[in-house]
Amino acid sequence: MILNHNTKASQGASTEAQPPIRWRLTVTWLSFGSLMILTLLIAPLIGPTSITLSSVIDRSLPFVENVDAQIFFIARLPRALTGALVGASLAAAGVVFQALLRNPLATPYTLGISAGSSLGAMLVITFGAPVLASVIPALPLASFLGSLMAAGVVYALATLRHRDLSTMVLLLAGVTINSFFSSVIMFVQYLNDFTQTFQTVRWLMGNLDVSGYQPILAALPFTLIAFIGFAWLPKSLNLLSLGVDSAASRGVDVLRTQRLAFLTASLATAAAVSLSGPIGFIGIVIPHLVRLLVGADHRIVMPASACLGASFLVACDVVARTVMSPLELPVGIITALIGGPFFLWILVRRQ
Amino acid sequence: MTRVKPKSSSMRSYRCASLALLFVISSTTVTSQSSPPQRIISLIPAVTEILFAIGAGSQVIGVSNYDVYPPAATQLPRVGGLVDPAVETILSLQPDLVIAYETQFTLLKQLTNAGINVSSYTHGTLDHILAGIRSLGVQTGHAIRAEQVARQIESDLQGIRARVAGRNRPRTLFVFAKEPLSIRNLFANGGKGFHNEMLEIAGSKNVFADTPRPSVQASTETILARAPEVIIEVRAGNTLKPTDIRRELAVWNLLPSLPAVQAGRVYFLQGTDLVVPGPRIAMATERLARALHPDAFKQ
Repeated sequence: MILNHNTKASQGASTEAQPPIRWRLTVTWLSFGSLMILTLLIAPLIGPTSITLSSVIDRSLPFVENVDAQIFFIARLPRALTGALVGASLAAAGVVFQALLRNPLATPYTLGISAGSSLGAMLVITFGAPVLASVIPALPLASFLGSLMAAGVVYALATLRHRDLSTMVLLLAGVTINSFFSSVIMFVQYLNDFTQTFQTVRWLMGNLDVSGYQPILAALPFTLIAFIGFAWLPKSLNLLSLGVDSAASRGVDVLRTQRLAFLTASLATAAAVSLSGPIGFIGIVIPHLVRLLVGADHRIVMPASACLGASFLVACDVVARTVMSPLELPVGIITALIGGPFFLWILVRRQ
Repeated sequence: MTRVKPKSSSMRSYRCASLALLFVISSTTVTSQSSPPQRIISLIPAVTEILFAIGAGSQVIGVSNYDVYPPAATQLPRVGGLVDPAVETILSLQPDLVIAYETQFTLLKQLTNAGINVSSYTHGTLDHILAGIRSLGVQTGHAIRAEQVARQIESDLQGIRARVAGRNRPRTLFVFAKEPLSIRNLFANGGKGFHNEMLEIAGSKNVFADTPRPSVQASTETILARAPEVIIEVRAGNTLKPTDIRRELAVWNLLPSLPAVQAGRVYFLQGTDLVVPGPRIAMATERLARALHPDAFKQ
């Protein structure tokens, strides 16, 4: 199913020589968008327990007594929505970071955002929640603040001695902050007791089982702000990918674009990681997969990546929760196990 | 010499034990042809607890980083843990017996090469714990006390079994780890290991008894589908205050259809006795039984 849609999209984009962007955008939204919606509709129907749709919507039984309805509305639907939100955020943030750093190996986690986020989560798991956490769950809050802190440090370093934003310093500072925080994480883990270590390792593998809508609603405003920013970016990113000077000569406000790109992509990543833990692979593979299918124009790549990232993570989570039930596999394992070979196959086939 | 107060035991079982063990003791002293070790290092909290319980506490000179019980053990030098044993510290303490976990191959080999007696230990079922107590008794020259301790545990467990016999066994979810103030990344007890046996003796049916693993990561959906009638959450440390515990218990209202939530039968128990497979296991089982069957203990 995934394949059909993708090939359709790629044909739509490549067979007609330079079709108008409006037409290509329509095709993108129709194909990738409908794939995402279809995945979101089907995913909540699949799970380790067999439930019937008729009893899910059965209004004669009160919700408190209706186990099928609770499995659907408390367990599965929030998971699917979380998967879509996180998948779309990570894939789109991957596109932006790769364009901003002009480096195909960049991921949403390259600049230390996930390390900062993980550090926040580790601190809560190890030392417990402070008092202020009674309103908002401490762990997602700490992980969100941790990622913002990491992004802030990297941004400050990259702008400290330059009037513009040095992507080279950004990259080096980010990679350094990443390994620095990773060491602090290991140190905190060292102070853990046995069950806490278990918890932290598991958190690092990612998990979409949010058991309710409150965590999604907490992350949603930040994700929305980030995506509004993403909507502004594609044209400038296209020019920026030709080089800073040539972009500037074509009227792009380079610094403003870089700033917006960094801040929005960081915000999207921070919200995603605080919601699900650092799920790997999506931020690098989905953008490249989409570029192989539809070309390099960011106006197409951005929405297509977001939709494909969402569908991919939701589908991976269905596998994660059913393949070994009642045991549950960490979804990060599935994203790499399925995504890796699939991506390599596309890569080889295309060349 | 003993630092841990022994559990009361009848004279009859004492005599029994002495007779039964006379042979064991004499044979070990003959075969080993040496006096019991006097400088023991234990890298396993459960083993430390056993050594102190059987009267070998004064022979222990070093413990792991994770030892918190008995209090006397916490005064001793720390020599690392499962993944990071401090070999140098161990050697500098000049032990004549080091007891490490079965999987610490490298450490066991290093110490053997250094000419130090080693003994490997592994956790498993309740029978493993009892066998471990008896074997450590023989190894340290406290076979009689060890036999007493083991028998006391057996009779305590039998007593708990008898108290809850014939009562309805509630389907129970035993949670030993989850994220704070949420039910995410929740780990429950599976159908293998001593916790599963403890739940059985305490008069309950583990909802994951059919899963042949010590632990199960349980998703929201699985918990809803298994519909536990009782939820018992345990924490190793005594870190949570009553207000924190109330908050943790309230988290379960996310799943209102669970019979345990509807009946208000979610319990939060703290203490290392609940997670260390050592001599306090009968005491921990009784705590579970009291939560599961409060009526059986009303007298």
